[in-house]
Amino acid sequence: MKKELKGVRNWFLYFIRTFKKGDCLTKLCFFIMGSSNLLRGQIAKGLAFLAAEIFYLYYLITIGLSSLAGLATLGTKQQGMVMDEELGIFVVQQGDNSMLMLLSGVVSLFLTALFLVIWRASIKAGYEAQQIKEQGKRLPGLLEDICTYFDSKIHRTLMALPLTGILLFTVLPLFFMILIAFTNYDHEHQPPGNLFTWIGLANFKTILLSGDTISKTFWPVLGWTIIWAVFATLLNYLGGILLALLINRKETKCKGLWRTLFVISIAIPQFVSLLVVRTMLNNDGAVNALLRELGIIADTAFVPFLSNPSWARITVILVNLWVGIPYTMLITTGILSNIPGDLYDSARVDGANQVVIFFKITMPYVVFVTTPYLITQFIGNINNFNVIYFLTGGGPISLDYYQAGKTDLLVTWLYKLTTGTKKDYSYASAIGILVFILSAVFSLISYRRTASYNREEDFQ
Amino acid sequence: MKQKHSAKGRKAIKNTLVHILLALLAFVWLIPIFWVIMTSLRGEAGSYTPYFFPKQLTFNNYIRLFTETGQFYYLRWFMNTFFVAVCSCLISTFYVLSISYAISRLRFRMRKPFMNIALILGMFPGFMSMIAVYYILKGLNMTQSLLALILVYSGGAGLGFYIAKGFFDTIPKSIDEAAWIDGASKWQVFRKVTIPLSKPIIIYTILTSFIAPWTDYIFVSVIMGDNYNNYTVALGLFKMLEREFINNWYTRFAAGAVIVSIPISILFIIMQKYYVDGVSGAVKG
Repeated sequence: MKKELKGVRNWFLYFIRTFKKGDCLTKLCFFIMGSSNLLRGQIAKGLAFLAAEIFYLYYLITIGLSSLAGLATLGTKQQGMVMDEELGIFVVQQGDNSMLMLLSGVVSLFLTALFLVIWRASIKAGYEAQQIKEQGKRLPGLLEDICTYFDSKIHRTLMALPLTGILLFTVLPLFFMILIAFTNYDHEHQPPGNLFTWIGLANFKTILLSGDTISKTFWPVLGWTIIWAVFATLLNYLGGILLALLINRKETKCKGLWRTLFVISIAIPQFVSLLVVRTMLNNDGAVNALLRELGIIADTAFVPFLSNPSWARITVILVNLWVGIPYTMLITTGILSNIPGDLYDSARVDGANQVVIFFKITMPYVVFVTTPYLITQFIGNINNFNVIYFLTGGGPISLDYYQAGKTDLLVTWLYKLTTGTKKDYSYASAIGILVFILSAVFSLISYRRTASYNREEDFQ
Repeated sequence: MKQKHSAKGRKAIKNTLVHILLALLAFVWLIPIFWVIMTSLRGEAGSYTPYFFPKQLTFNNYIRLFTETGQFYYLRWFMNTFFVAVCSCLISTFYVLSISYAISRLRFRMRKPFMNIALILGMFPGFMSMIAVYYILKGLNMTQSLLALILVYSGGAGLGFYIAKGFFDTIPKSIDEAAWIDGASKWQVFRKVTIPLSKPIIIYTILTSFIAPWTDYIFVSVIMGDNYNNYTVALGLFKMLEREFINNWYTRFAAGAVIVSIPISILFIIMQKYYVDGVSGAVKG
């Protein structure tokens, strides 16, 4: 953390240092971007920087400043009838739309940050041009500049487009939603009819501490989420390894066939397989019909696989095994075949039996290689939307819960809060942040310790 | 001599037991698939039957799925999904490969910070941002369009670089260095040395980024609203199971589900090897 802060400080200090060292053309660059390059003969580069500055200033004057200011208030005029003092009658007032104001404010912040990066780049380029001239060398032309983007600066070329995508479709929306967690954008404050505003940490207080229905929902759902994630991860992991071992045994015939049979179930889209399993497990579904036909249960009886809370929770975990074990099997198959054979040979010479070999050689090796995979699986299970949503839809619904059912995870609850009838965006965002903290805590504890993170470059 | 014999016998018994166990497990794993195929061929209408095996078998469900397009237009959804999947697969594969190559093989100042940021971003629930994405797309007047879906599916793809990066890490660096010494630029090394060595991970990435749009339900359901024409198969099939449609559409839902699953399953089974190699790194240094 300290290192990062120092990095940020250095990033900004660069402006001051360069301003002191630069000559007057470089100094001019601070105000008219690209001037140093332009006047020293790098026309295209200079013009590009200048264009960026003009575009940003134009944006700032026309839209930027007002949307940045709107970020502070999130709108003041409520839609409705207001008294017009001059006319002496009530007129319809077009209200502010807090949501759009917040969004355009966030966009302005991002453009400003982007401009700051370009500004720094232009100053750096200007200073470099000054240094090259001082050394009496020739400045690289446009073509040479472009060539460096396919050689020494190739990482920028490769990463430019993907990064734009990430910024637009992940970072910006996420930032927007994080901000919403600090507003009261719930079903009672829906723009454009109504305004919402900043309320600080109040949402977190309501969810965590208030004792309202929401916090009485949050804690049990959190508990179930963790239980679910632990069981889903560990059982799938063990099951997958055992299955892989069974298939990988030297004596097992038709390895490819077995593998394919299990792989078919992951190859089928989850929305298909899980929806099918859901209808099979219904009270009148195929499994109950089969049990009745076999005479295991009475003719009118049924097993409440999905309608009884405890049954539903166990069913969800079991069905998830059906989904997940083939995956782990596929992934561990590769790893198992990488275990050096002489380890096994020497263990056998020393007289170790199968069980000992499994716990002393296979497991440590597999665990070592797959720790990052285990952690991502665990976090993935905390966020496992598909299995819950398609299988139970979060149900059975409970009256004690706020917009949630007994098998809802935090994420499916979040989904219901945003797309359900009430649209409590602020609570949903706050829950999203809490899920983030949960995942971050778990992964910081374990991930930082694993060798594969700390010695990331050792294997290269 | 006798002892050896019984050891052999025990081994044979154990072997048989393992095979029986595998067969049982495979049976459990295949029941739902078998059942959905039976349902798709079922002659009796309705969502539930009080018995497991259908009494009449027919191909009608498949035929009606494609011919009765008044309410649900399956063929169109299928083509939509295919189009979206192909486009976003191409873009995401390009994104994932370029980011992971840069992170794995090149050294630059923002490398570690970028990896940490990606890790942090990955810890937020993926669809927490979907409402914001929806409003951004609405601002650009692009909701309910297939283009929006393509952008959303491929936009964040660059963040999923971890597996491909792990793969590139296993390609010995000395190969790159040898090429540099011979005078190749980094771009040439990327194109002529790394890419040909990376077949498993490229196929793995293509496979996963092709399947992701096929199977996504969340974003389509948020973005598409009531624009039936631009539905994807996932959303359409989910709609068929809603209360007002389920009785009429259940057997056709099963038929639709079978049709979606067949091409993906075949693809997956063919490319299984690359899938495994991609995850675990095939080029051993």
